[in-house]
Amino acid sequence: MDFNIVIAGEAGQGLKTVEAMLTKTFSRHGYYLFSTKDYMSRVRGGHNFMQIRISDEKVEGPDEGIDLLLALNEESVEIHNSEMNEDGTILSEVESDKDEMVYIDAKGLAKEVNPRAVNTVFVGAAFKIMGLPTDQAEEAVKEHFAKKESVVDDNLELLKQGYQAVDQLYNLKDLGEKEDRMVIDGNSAVGLGALLGGLSYYTAYPMSPSTGILHYVASKQEELGIVVEQSEDEIASINMALGGTYAGMRSMTGTSGGGLALMAEGVGLAGITETPIVIADVQRPGPATGLPTRTGQGDLLFAVNIAQDEFPLMVLAPKDQEDAVYQTFRAMNLADKYQIPVIILSDQFIGDGSKTIPVIDTSDMKIERHLVDPAEVEGEYKRYKFTEDGISPRAYPGQLKDNIVLLDSDEHDEYAHIVEDAETRDKMVAKRNKKMEKLAAEDLLEPEYTGPESPEYILVGWGSTAGPLREGRKILADEFEIGHLAFNDVWPLPTETLEELASTEAKLVFVENNAGAQFDRLVRSETGIKADYNILKDDGRPFSGQEIYRRFKEEVSK
Amino acid sequence: MVDKNIYQADRETAWCPGCGNFPLRTALADALAELDLKPEEITMYTGIGQAAKMPHYIKVNGFNGLHGRSLPPSIGMRVANPEMTVIVESGDGCSYGEGGNHILHNIRRNPDIIHLVHDNQIYGLTKGQASPTSLEELRTPVQTHGVNAEPLNPVEFAVGMKASFVARSSVGDREHLKEMIKEAKKHKGYALIDIFQPCVSFNKINTYQWYNKRVYKLEDHDPTDHAAAMKVAQEFGDKIPIGIIYREEKPTFRDRIPYLKDKALVDRDVEVEDLKFLIDEFK
Ligand SMILES: Cc1ncc(C[n+]2csc(CCOP(=O)(O)OP(=O)(O)O)c2C)c(N)n1
Ligand code: SF4
Ligand SMILES: [Mg+2]
Repeated sequence: MDFNIVIAGEAGQGLKTVEAMLTKTFSRHGYYLFSTKDYMSRVRGGHNFMQIRISDEKVEGPDEGIDLLLALNEESVEIHNSEMNEDGTILSEVESDKDEMVYIDAKGLAKEVNPRAVNTVFVGAAFKIMGLPTDQAEEAVKEHFAKKESVVDDNLELLKQGYQAVDQLYNLKDLGEKEDRMVIDGNSAVGLGALLGGLSYYTAYPMSPSTGILHYVASKQEELGIVVEQSEDEIASINMALGGTYAGMRSMTGTSGGGLALMAEGVGLAGITETPIVIADVQRPGPATGLPTRTGQGDLLFAVNIAQDEFPLMVLAPKDQEDAVYQTFRAMNLADKYQIPVIILSDQFIGDGSKTIPVIDTSDMKIERHLVDPAEVEGEYKRYKFTEDGISPRAYPGQLKDNIVLLDSDEHDEYAHIVEDAETRDKMVAKRNKKMEKLAAEDLLEPEYTGPESPEYILVGWGSTAGPLREGRKILADEFEIGHLAFNDVWPLPTETLEELASTEAKLVFVENNAGAQFDRLVRSETGIKADYNILKDDGRPFSGQEIYRRFKEEVSK
Repeated sequence: MVDKNIYQADRETAWCPGCGNFPLRTALADALAELDLKPEEITMYTGIGQAAKMPHYIKVNGFNGLHGRSLPPSIGMRVANPEMTVIVESGDGCSYGEGGNHILHNIRRNPDIIHLVHDNQIYGLTKGQASPTSLEELRTPVQTHGVNAEPLNPVEFAVGMKASFVARSSVGDREHLKEMIKEAKKHKGYALIDIFQPCVSFNKINTYQWYNKRVYKLEDHDPTDHAAAMKVAQEFGDKIPIGIIYREEKPTFRDRIPYLKDKALVDRDVEVEDLKFLIDEFK
């Protein structure tokens, strides 16, 4: 069972409220859900929509055909008409004698009660059409308006009136609330992973689609007693965050491509000063301003090559909202362990989208700061002490009695003093690079392979395409022996699994949300392995499973 | 008072003989000693430039970061550890040029830090181009016919923004400079000291003599009177005032985060177990 609902209207019409109420209610009825947002970079007008896909099984990405369209304005009916499934229904205020159109006088009903709560009429009607009771929806209304109690009754009344105004058309069942699940959007997921990791200082400048992280962590700052500071620009963001780490706090920053470009020199600073930092890049299509509210995977090669010269750096990409929590937590530990910058490549698809996931399991999550034990420091402290694995004991100012802690962005000696001699330079470069070797040997995640033992084809993806690829592979598996290889860590590149699979007869199909096949290029330069086929998409929209199926048939199997 | 030798302010440097940075370093070490601060109780944030090398030439905690970015990393220490003395120190180019946006916004934040600007009215390290404070008549390999912009008067700018402490001093008067640094330390909030520091190698206009002839110590000036301070701040010609130009007690960056109280976030010690309620909110 799979049911796809689209809420469409213009910015400022309150789509988010409708989505919030529907999402909560479906969850409480025991459905898995996946929601995506397609909105324009404007505060009023334009055409925006949100898609909520529900199922009694796990859902991994958006769906194409619409079962129920809640058209909050007339334009939405015209725009989405052609996407309706055969027995789909359009709920709108447009009178029509077409079979699929259900009319509701939402404004008329709302006028009598509270004109501002007009969307709740749609919500009530939607539940009746789907065949679900309103008890959970009532709870959702109460919770949603908990801070504006005066309007709760109006909304409950309009929910009821909406419910009564239409007929039941589908037969969705209450599956019973499931305790072991939660619903989270990807931006909150990154924030949650960081907070669970002991984040104490987050500095960022607002930029779509990363602002959700900033808003989420800021909403928790007073309760947790931590500090979230809006910086004057992204150059400040990263330099502030680095100062936070230096001062002894777990610190982080987040942005999107343009901001990441401004941070570039600061990432190099983290590299040479060996200051741990986590940077979340919630990708949107670029370059420059690009498509501010849409999705893409165009920052990969930029992230990997973010600053001049070479330094240890890790780049990883969460596969979905659940993974974003764990990966961000992991990134904080790894940044501290290796004293390196770690870039998390999320994107608008994950960041703005919400998904039902198993409740986060903290049993294996442990904060590991890797700070020096002051008892082990003898004599004058060397911030950049030469060690076997290249990792020097890290201290923060004030931690060591009678000792100071010095960092330097110039090339330096073990004490952090400026040097220019070739010998020390060589030794310091080698020291820093050794950390990468250890990281590759001990902490790299090999990509996850799903599929038959000897496939004809392997779909290769990284980060957020994982969900749509899983669904696409399922459809394709009826016709082909086909596997799926999903990468989390992209830099340094884990090569073992890939090399093993590439040595078979299987044809590699790289699927990416960019135009230039960036991951294919990265893999090629690191391993010599290259894609047999590329399925690429750079229109700012995420893949769906069906689209992958279709494009595979058109471009690969032909 | 601690022994001033503890700061090792006699270390070898890469500064030119006769450079104004030497007396500046001495005045700083003297002030710190009189303030009775141990090296580990002070953290210095610098950018890049000749001035910015200070944490290598004096023993204190140091974050020698990027050109123009001396201010942003210092804010974290204000969150992490309210006890630490924080000094931001850099050149005029670094502080007012490349880092211009940060000074503007940190005056607004008013963190409790001391900001020492070595104002030699030139880019020293890159060998003598104009800085934001260079006089229009300065000729350089780039500014071949003089500077195509008016000089910034940083003191006027800061007083105009009502920065909570604004002073000017000159390395030509080490005693005065030392006192200014001590006053800046005593002040709670952002304290800017613009310090005349002759660059003997590249700035042939603003020499020791040029400064000594012009500077005079402010007397009978009420630094809490903004209108009077504005007037004094605008004086920059044959006569240039040194001293505390403007001072206003106001909420600091930390004061504006009331829930921090006197907590040092560096001491925050949490376990994932303590934070599990965050997960429950998504159920
Ligand atoms: C991003 C960046 N741009 C340019 C430089 C080159 N640079 C180093 S110091 C400097 C100017 C130094 O002038 P100032 O800050 O006044 O310091 P001074 O040497 O005069 O003490 C410049 C342009 C750099 N290091 N980084
Ligand atoms: S270049 Fe100028 S400022 Fe730099 S050390 Fe030499 S004299 Fe001093
Ligand atoms: Mg200068």
